Amino acid sequence: MMMRRLAPHGGPLPDQPAKLSRRGFLGAGAGALVLSVALPIGNARAQAARIVPGTRVSAFLEIRPDNKVMFRSPFIEGGQGIFTAMAQIVGEELDVNPAQFIVECAPPGPDYLLTMGARFTGGSMSVRMSYDTLRRLGAAARLMLIQAAAQRLGVPAASLSTKPGQVIHASSGRTLDYGAVAAAAAKLPVPSDAPLRSGADFRWIGKPVARLDVLEKSTGQARYSIDLSVEGMLHAAVQHAPRLGLEPASLTNEADVRAMPGVHSIHRLPGAVAVLANSWWRARRAVETLTVTWAEPAGAIVMPANFSSQAHRSKLKTTQGDGIAFETEGDVAAGLRGAARVVEATYEAPHLAHGQLEPPSALARFNKDGTLDLWLPNQAPEMFQAAAAKVAGLTPERVFIHSPILGGFFGRHFLYASANPFPQAILLSKAAGRPVKLIWSREEEFLRDALRPMGVARFRAGPDDAGLPVAMSAVAVGEGATGRWYGRQPGKVDSSAVEGIAGKPYAIPHRRVGQIHVDDPAVIGFWRSVGHSMNDFFYETFFDEMADAGGQDPLVLRQRLLAHSPRHLTLLDAVVDLSGGWRRGPFQATDGSRRARGVAMASPFGSEAAAIAEVSLRSGEVVVHDIWVAIDPGRIVNPAIVEAQINSAVALGLSTTLLEEVVYADGQPQARNFDGYPILPPDRMPRVHLRIIESGAAMGGIGEPGLPAVPPAVTNATSVLAGRRIRSLPLSKAGLT
Amino acid sequence: MELIINGHRKQVEIEPDTPLLWVLRDELGMTGTKYGCGLAQCGACTVLVDGQATRSCVTPVEAVVGAAVTTIEAVSDDPVGREVVEAWVRHQVPQCGYCQSGQVMTATALLKQSDKPSEEEIAAAMVNLCRCGTYNAIAAAVRDVAGVKS
Repeated sequence: MMMRRLAPHGGPLPDQPAKLSRRGFLGAGAGALVLSVALPIGNARAQAARIVPGTRVSAFLEIRPDNKVMFRSPFIEGGQGIFTAMAQIVGEELDVNPAQFIVECAPPGPDYLLTMGARFTGGSMSVRMSYDTLRRLGAAARLMLIQAAAQRLGVPAASLSTKPGQVIHASSGRTLDYGAVAAAAAKLPVPSDAPLRSGADFRWIGKPVARLDVLEKSTGQARYSIDLSVEGMLHAAVQHAPRLGLEPASLTNEADVRAMPGVHSIHRLPGAVAVLANSWWRARRAVETLTVTWAEPAGAIVMPANFSSQAHRSKLKTTQGDGIAFETEGDVAAGLRGAARVVEATYEAPHLAHGQLEPPSALARFNKDGTLDLWLPNQAPEMFQAAAAKVAGLTPERVFIHSPILGGFFGRHFLYASANPFPQAILLSKAAGRPVKLIWSREEEFLRDALRPMGVARFRAGPDDAGLPVAMSAVAVGEGATGRWYGRQPGKVDSSAVEGIAGKPYAIPHRRVGQIHVDDPAVIGFWRSVGHSMNDFFYETFFDEMADAGGQDPLVLRQRLLAHSPRHLTLLDAVVDLSGGWRRGPFQATDGSRRARGVAMASPFGSEAAAIAEVSLRSGEVVVHDIWVAIDPGRIVNPAIVEAQINSAVALGLSTTLLEEVVYADGQPQARNFDGYPILPPDRMPRVHLRIIESGAAMGGIGEPGLPAVPPAVTNATSVLAGRRIRSLPLSKAGLT
Repeated sequence: MELIINGHRKQVEIEPDTPLLWVLRDELGMTGTKYGCGLAQCGACTVLVDGQATRSCVTPVEAVVGAAVTTIEAVSDDPVGREVVEAWVRHQVPQCGYCQSGQVMTATALLKQSDKPSEEEIAAAMVNLCRCGTYNAIAAAVRDVAGVKS
């Protein structure tokens, strides 16, 4: 487990791969450390049981003689800025400028289980789950440094204070660098009562602190999993079965392929064939030259040969009933009976690919002592460790997981059976007796990505004579990603299938949200904002239909139904104000184009968000000019990173609104690269305007909450221009003129 | 065959139709240039070939024999490249960062050819994909170097 990786410091570990360095930290010279200790390996399990996550300073922090601070982050950096946020939070209390931090993803270990008793980077949880804990950790470390300095200087600890990176004895004018007392501090017990800095005195938390990784990411120096290499490594490429569940039966040209340049060996894997070669391009060319006959094993669960997106969509839309109730208020049937009229609509959203730009890879190396090193993109090191151990036939503590930064993720790098390359890399490395780096080509990635599920929602609502809805029934049809991977309980609704239809704040007296489970034949997974990515689209666009049916302006109706909630009213006021005042349109813009605006709200991942989009149509194509977003995450750590994340969420949300749809036919995805699965290009990116509201409510998430309101805001505006309601995404299929 | 990479002569023994990208990454160990799609769709693999922004994933290595290839590893050796990188830092452009080598090289090619590109020229040149949606920050950084007011 982690202990082996944590010590000794200051020099390469004996089995450290030749070409890999612990970025920036190796080469620091012997005796560099440290606020760091190692657990004796034999006691690992016993010790692990006693560890309270987030409290053992030595598991997180190393302070070097040059005052650089290395922080082992429980969370992985994949563009969301978490490494910088960690440095801000810990640095604020430790009293070290975040710019002095070097942050790496921590190895598996009990210290890092800060996400509801487990550990993953997802659910927009990283900061909100660890903020208090990591402030206390930084404060405890600062106190240890003060105590060590007090011993060194022979003065009472109470006479000492700190300034960034130094302990100060004000009365004598003496100072000690943190790096000079770090080794002594490491021997002290971790205090549990270290004082926290007052929020009024924050220098870095809440400020637009520069990201730690921008220069290296602007100069090609940042290293992702796909970039790594170790001594003696072979390159691997695979050809997957065209349909999941098929197995390689015969290879007709094996000898020819074996004779191709650089080819080392050919391998059969579960559901795939692989070639090992001395470069990836040679491996890829060889594996794609292989002529493979695929067989359908008896009794195996496979992607059906007749599966098509169109047929599945029809199935979801024609599945009748009200499903299992998830959220109920009042009596919907009675409410609808008493309504002046009933408005009904069915909405749908397609499967989506993650499309992160770094194709998945895994680098596996078995060591002489039988242990396994694995470098791979992942959002949950302990879960990958356990899964890799099973594949390798080892106990988990003999598998060392290394988690390089991610070239985008959006939910792609959770553990999904059949969608992660690491089991193949392990099997190939074992077979070849050499380290193996496997990269999935973009085409193989499109074939095996774990998709955002397809979903359908049916709504019925009844406005009264005044146009106010008295009742609403919503039924979500499909399957949620959480139930797929973490166990679905029969008779119980998977909340990831209904979030964004359920949990809405509008005061409608009679309402019911139900769900009908229908197995999704595709491999489905978590995709940025999960259920919210489609469900808020369903609900918030139906909301405008409901408003229209009752003769209400959609913004005014939202305000009326939120009269009980000052937080939501404030948010709506903010987004309206930011956009220069509400006007739905159609109206003529100064450039002569005919435009409309749409508004939508969402309550995802502990935050509240509202968006307004301004849209025109040009030759049947939706042009989005501006998107205004107001977000209330309670409190924030870095406004610049929040702004970047909102830009990012708007881009991804808009990409799905305008363009994205994974289409299956004959059991196979029709697009295997970005030529067939277009994603938002730069010339379709709108201006993005943001207002952050720090209401002081419990801290919410940032990475995902900017997304869900975007598709409905854009679609609501588009429906105004089209003169008809659009109930399906993407808009490229809407037949607009 | 002999290549000129960042001003240095490099000997490689490789099939001549191998994409330049994989010669850089696997033969020369220069991993700053990224593989994203392999089809010239995303632009993560952009390098300069005699100053032209070129998608190395579809460029056979034999096609660049005798040409000057510049990769992200040497971007800061070029005065314009250095300005671009500084603007990227000033505007805090990267998120995941994976596409940014290609973005920086594309911007560098544009600004080396025209120190005052118009909005239209910027839009025509800056077409690489970014899944994190850093497009507005990229545009701001390019305009900053170009001296264009948005």
